[in-house]
Amino acid sequence: MASVDTHVGHDVQQENWGGGAEPFKASYGKLMMWYFLVSDAFTFAGFLIAYGTLRFSSMSWPLPDFVFAKIPFYSGEAPLIFVTFMTFVLIISSVTMVRAVQEGHHGNKKGVVFWMLLTILGGLTFLGCQAWEWTTLIKGENVSVTRNPFGRHTEDGVYLDASGNETAETFKVGDSYLIHGHEHNGQVEFDFKKYKVTSGPDAGKVAQLEFGPKAFGALFFFITGFHGFHVFSGVVFLFVIMLNAASGLYHRRGNHYEMIEKIGLYWHFVDLVWVFVFLVFYLL
Amino acid sequence: MAYVTETGYNEEVLIKENGLNDHFHDHHHGDKFQSNFITTYIFSQDHKMIARQFLITGMFWAIIGAAMSIVFRLQLGFPEENMAWLRPILGKWITVDEAGMGRLAPEFYYALVTMHGTIIVFFVLTAGLSGTFSNLLIPLQLGARDMASGFLNMLSYWFFFLSSAVMLYSLFLSTGPFSGGWTAYPPLSALPQASTGSGTGMTLWLLSLTFFVVSVLLGGINYVTTVLNLRTKGMTLWRMPLTIWAFFLTAIIGILSFPVLVSGFFLLMFDRGLGTSFYLSEIFIGGKALENVGGSPILYQHLFWFLGHPEVYIIILPAMGLVSEVLSVHARKPIFGYKAMVMSMLAIGFLSFIVWAHHMFMSGVNPFISNFFVLFTLIIAVPSAVKVFNWIATLFGGNIRFNSPMLFAIGFVSLFISGGLTGIFLGNSAIDIPMHDTYFVVAHFHIVMGIAAFFGMFAGVYHWFPKMFGRFMNEMMGKIHFWGTIAGAYAIFWPMHYLGMAGVPRRYYRFDTFEAFKHFEDTNKFITVAAIIVFALQIVFVINFFYSIFNGKKVTDANPWGATTLEWTTPIEPGHGNWEGNLPAVERWPYDYGKNGREFIPQWEPLAAGEQDGGNH
Repeated sequence: MASVDTHVGHDVQQENWGGGAEPFKASYGKLMMWYFLVSDAFTFAGFLIAYGTLRFSSMSWPLPDFVFAKIPFYSGEAPLIFVTFMTFVLIISSVTMVRAVQEGHHGNKKGVVFWMLLTILGGLTFLGCQAWEWTTLIKGENVSVTRNPFGRHTEDGVYLDASGNETAETFKVGDSYLIHGHEHNGQVEFDFKKYKVTSGPDAGKVAQLEFGPKAFGALFFFITGFHGFHVFSGVVFLFVIMLNAASGLYHRRGNHYEMIEKIGLYWHFVDLVWVFVFLVFYLL
Repeated sequence: MAYVTETGYNEEVLIKENGLNDHFHDHHHGDKFQSNFITTYIFSQDHKMIARQFLITGMFWAIIGAAMSIVFRLQLGFPEENMAWLRPILGKWITVDEAGMGRLAPEFYYALVTMHGTIIVFFVLTAGLSGTFSNLLIPLQLGARDMASGFLNMLSYWFFFLSSAVMLYSLFLSTGPFSGGWTAYPPLSALPQASTGSGTGMTLWLLSLTFFVVSVLLGGINYVTTVLNLRTKGMTLWRMPLTIWAFFLTAIIGILSFPVLVSGFFLLMFDRGLGTSFYLSEIFIGGKALENVGGSPILYQHLFWFLGHPEVYIIILPAMGLVSEVLSVHARKPIFGYKAMVMSMLAIGFLSFIVWAHHMFMSGVNPFISNFFVLFTLIIAVPSAVKVFNWIATLFGGNIRFNSPMLFAIGFVSLFISGGLTGIFLGNSAIDIPMHDTYFVVAHFHIVMGIAAFFGMFAGVYHWFPKMFGRFMNEMMGKIHFWGTIAGAYAIFWPMHYLGMAGVPRRYYRFDTFEAFKHFEDTNKFITVAAIIVFALQIVFVINFFYSIFNGKKVTDANPWGATTLEWTTPIEPGHGNWEGNLPAVERWPYDYGKNGREFIPQWEPLAAGEQDGGNH
């Protein structure tokens, strides 16, 4: 029996890998998209490794629940609610993308265009959310690529008032703080509150709040920006391809709307990358 | 079976009857892609033309890169000589004092060293070597009409051209090109005010190399896809010539490593342009403290060498592939250990990704982690040695033709051994402590991946010149080129080992002012003279190359070397689509030399009754 099995296996292998055939049953265009995505994955991996290196060489790191707690039209705290919504929208846009590919396989032009339109709307919603989030951080909380007012305490302490007396406001190790800034003559002035340390070897000393690790702002804007740029280019490609599909171009090619499948691969990849970005910036 | 004749096979009939009809000529009447001068010679989508474009651009850069090395060798060998005669070429970078004594500006010396490295590593030995031969040979040896995407292939060359143009422009900046070493370590590369070359020069360097990576990726994605999808009927992976295996693995390594370099470059651009602190921390410059805190210059080194080390295999693997093929063809013997050759290339390709930190033993990497990198680095010696023994075994007892391609291929093996042995020294972190950043390192990598890769490239150019231009290169000039270059290369780099062992550091502007290194004055002079001679011999090659394009001996036999691979079944000057009728089908492995009493049996001949395919054992 074993020899028969080997024989069959050999034939199948000959058929796929013996030349004159496509071994993965995938056209060259689809293979190229896969290899491009592999290379792009390595680019993102490079950034995430840079993130890890810099984060773990910092004494502290801002707490995501504290930094990303704003939502529109509500002034209270809502940790990670907004980014959950963004993520949900992006993942749903992958689902609509799958539907577009499926309609393509069935040769249904109208279905392809409809589901691609929904995908584009999902992408645009995500980008809009990202723009709001960036604006909140930059305008409202004065974060920039070189400045990070979010920090976490490394000691217990109690805040002092303007004349140096202890207030009722105390904090513990690991508590988060934001150094508030105020616009003054076109420049941002920060309120570096004074506090008295109440634990550890420095107990009793008076100190003032300091900016959190600089790398936080730089990495956040850089990596989410690079991802956002991918989403943006994806939306542009989706739009062009949707127009082509609507014009009947892919129908005439008669290859089951393969172009939709290729841009779909890209779109799912961008989605997948977001999962990692989401993990490192919002969850860890 | 009309192709069987009394003397063997009629190749033309064989391909017609046995080949693969892909209906290429049914729908390619009057090729619209090669209808005029511009689409034929400039924006060509034909892989053979793109290969020639890569080769000639690479040669242009090789001359510039080598000429730069002559200028800084003059400085090192003859620091007290008058360099005023170079003023017409180098302009203000030669400062002439009142007595008429011309000196090379020290900052330009560093720019020359930096540009020499960048140009030779990326533009010559990556684009010029892999770009040329992957493009030329992948479709021809696999029996494909062209690359998977001719358009992306064209873009690949033009991104290289764009990258070249930006780099060339940077050479003429008033502040000079980048001068912080080809590795572009921060902070010299991250702070525009750090040195004259760190300003616009560095900006253009980054821009140029980013374009270059785009070119490599477009090319690499194309090469991998073509190898997987466009092999002709019967061309299994185990029937691919070693050249194709080498280009295939090179392309994969490129796809996996260059993107990480881009990550590093983007972060560097942010540090330069937006004041971020990815690579910078607590730096004083010009007596002033900078605001940057929290960054890590070592991070850049990791990201850089994650490309940088695979890059040396991106350079040497194509050379290994070309040499394997040339050695087998001209020794008239099957390559020894075909599968072992493929496996060792796979092993080298894999290991190349887990050894990068051996470039950073002295950068403050944890000694515990260094151990792993030492171990993996030394393990690379195993597949490398397998290859060397196989090459020697291929030569052993061969009926060797000592023509130019073969001489260069043998020279490659010699250089690869000499340079490889010193790699075992440097791979040990303990020995690397005294050896790092000395001329020992310079000697090591120049022999093993500089000169050796050049020799692989020369072997390839002499061997496939008939395919590229339908003429032969001049043998006499080729032999002068070989003997002069091999002797000269050893004359340059052999003494450098001694300099390195004596602790002479690399990248220094002059040594006669150091008490400890003064007595190497004559050695340095000797090296410089040898370098000038070797440079002159490369000019012989360039003259031979261009002379032979127009006036070389014409090729009359479609298979002038008596080789077994498919590129020799095309017409002598193949048109677009390579084969006029059917694609040849492959029936056997590519190394049937001296079998069944015949000198060679080409890949397209069916196996005789009861004959075993050579690749299967």
